[in-house]
Amino acid sequence: MSNILEISGVNLSFGGLKALDDVNLTVKEGTVHAIIGPNGAGKSTLLNNIIGKLSPDTGSIMFNGQSMLGVQPHQINQLGISRVFQTPEIYTDLTLLENMMIPLLAHRDGAFKLNLWSRGDQQADILDKAHHFLDDVNLWEKRDVIAGSLSRGDKRRLELAMCLSQEPKLLLLDEPTAGMARADTNNTIDLLKTIAGRGLTMAIIEHDMHVVFSLAERISVLAQGHVIVEGLPEEIKGDPRVKEAYLGGAEV
Amino acid sequence: MAKSTITPRSDLTLFLAFTAVVLAMPIWLQPFGAAYPDLMQKFAIFGLFAIGFNILFGQTGYLSFGHAAFIGVGSYATVWIFKLMTMNVIPAIIFGTLVAGIFSLVIGFICLRRTGIYFSILTLALAQMSYNLAYSVLTPITNGETGLQLTTADPRVLDGAAEAGAGIPPTNVFGIEMGAWDGLFGFYFCAFFLIVGFYISIRITRSSFGSMLRGIKTNQTRMMYTGLNTRPYKLAAFVISGMYAGLAGCLMAAVDPLAGAERMQWTASGEVVLMTILGGIGTLVGPVVGAAVIKYAENIFSAIDKSVLVDLFSFLPDTLGTFIASVVSLFVGKGWHLTLGLLFMLVVIFLPGGIMEGIERIKRRFFDKTQKDGAE
Repeated sequence: MSNILEISGVNLSFGGLKALDDVNLTVKEGTVHAIIGPNGAGKSTLLNNIIGKLSPDTGSIMFNGQSMLGVQPHQINQLGISRVFQTPEIYTDLTLLENMMIPLLAHRDGAFKLNLWSRGDQQADILDKAHHFLDDVNLWEKRDVIAGSLSRGDKRRLELAMCLSQEPKLLLLDEPTAGMARADTNNTIDLLKTIAGRGLTMAIIEHDMHVVFSLAERISVLAQGHVIVEGLPEEIKGDPRVKEAYLGGAEV
Repeated sequence: MAKSTITPRSDLTLFLAFTAVVLAMPIWLQPFGAAYPDLMQKFAIFGLFAIGFNILFGQTGYLSFGHAAFIGVGSYATVWIFKLMTMNVIPAIIFGTLVAGIFSLVIGFICLRRTGIYFSILTLALAQMSYNLAYSVLTPITNGETGLQLTTADPRVLDGAAEAGAGIPPTNVFGIEMGAWDGLFGFYFCAFFLIVGFYISIRITRSSFGSMLRGIKTNQTRMMYTGLNTRPYKLAAFVISGMYAGLAGCLMAAVDPLAGAERMQWTASGEVVLMTILGGIGTLVGPVVGAAVIKYAENIFSAIDKSVLVDLFSFLPDTLGTFIASVVSLFVGKGWHLTLGLLFMLVVIFLPGGIMEGIERIKRRFFDKTQKDGAE
């Protein structure tokens, strides 16, 4: 399998604080790669570098063999990287259907298209896809509801559907189950498993070890901005360095 | 839960109803004493201005405080065509709208580098600059304080040489004078553009482009990480609304062929903000309603002076009557903006969605009641 994402030697400092310290990380195509680590380890910062929100001081980020440094965020997305945020970034004032239409139009028409005349909700291909992806997350029934009035879990599922509708090559998920009830978490795990089964590459940040070990095929552990271990889930489970990172070296 | 049901059919109904209401204005405005051409033209022109403004402010969420500049540019361009080419308003209107479009492209390009309050301040600053330039260095184009006026000496190359001693020819549409049909022609001419402008705004609102604008208003971060380049979308919205404003300026000059810099002043820019908010931000009809209400109120309240009030309160004891009259007189005549301010405050506090929200509430109450009646 080829490497879809290659991060090598990435450094980033905020003033005196070293947020990312020589990070090396490789995501193989078609796998689910979990990035775990204690709070403040730099996991979200790393994602922000991948999507172009931040750019590293030194190092390189290659996606499908192409450097992502200096590429605009919208271009990075058009190349095939979608991100689900920790707090759902959705269009709270719009209906679910319109929430779906925007990413679908972006996927079909590119970064800009001046289409002043045709109604978005009358375009069969867009509508079909919206139906398909909303069905995936069991939200089609609520398509005319204003997104801001959804429950937290539904908002997350909507954002996931929005990202999936773009048919990304790499999906980044930032704590997709944070703040969810157990039942909701299990639903999300099942959903992500289904999606992974279709061959979508995912990089997932997660605190909930239940989620991590249910999904991940490979795990990188980040602590103080540095990848301390990378390996298969079984290897990570028993690794003393991981325990130390989480528990600060205390005897367990 | 909040639901929305908008179909092409309901839009068509809305459009037809709107058209009927506008065309019938000379009839149903009679009892309000507002059915004379001058005022109805204002309703149409400012309605058009507000519709365009709403595409930027209501849909995209960018509050411009400088849109009157485009009115001014449209007016000047139109009058220049009257002076140089022809008194037929059609070429003048096309030219004026295009010039306003180009001008708004430049202003928009500069201002849209910032969002929120900074965007508003930039538009305000650039519009005030335009206003001051019109009074100073641009005097050869704008004729400064006097304003740009027509003279008998103007070439008007397309109209042919005027007979000696003839006055300034009237503005016309292929021979039909603006003042024809007891002035109603001028109104129907403006109303035509209002109706077309309203139709275009419906189409834009429902289009894919409209979805993008609402996306920008709601969550620009998400737009960016959804692969959308928001700047050209915002610029397009800005230019469209600038062209609406320019067209409104052209129509002002078409019905009254002169152009002055006072049309570009910040108070004029502020007025359209009030109209949009008063009517209902982001709604299709709201801005037009807001424009009509403000222009109507201006007409009523600014006409009242102190002697009218003294007569009105003459049934009261002398001193009390004069006292009340002098207090109330602060709110009418030149001070009618006080009344407008009060009205505006009441609306913003009690009806943040403007007059359209008020209508919605009444409708809902009425419908709920009929439903209950039906159940019994």
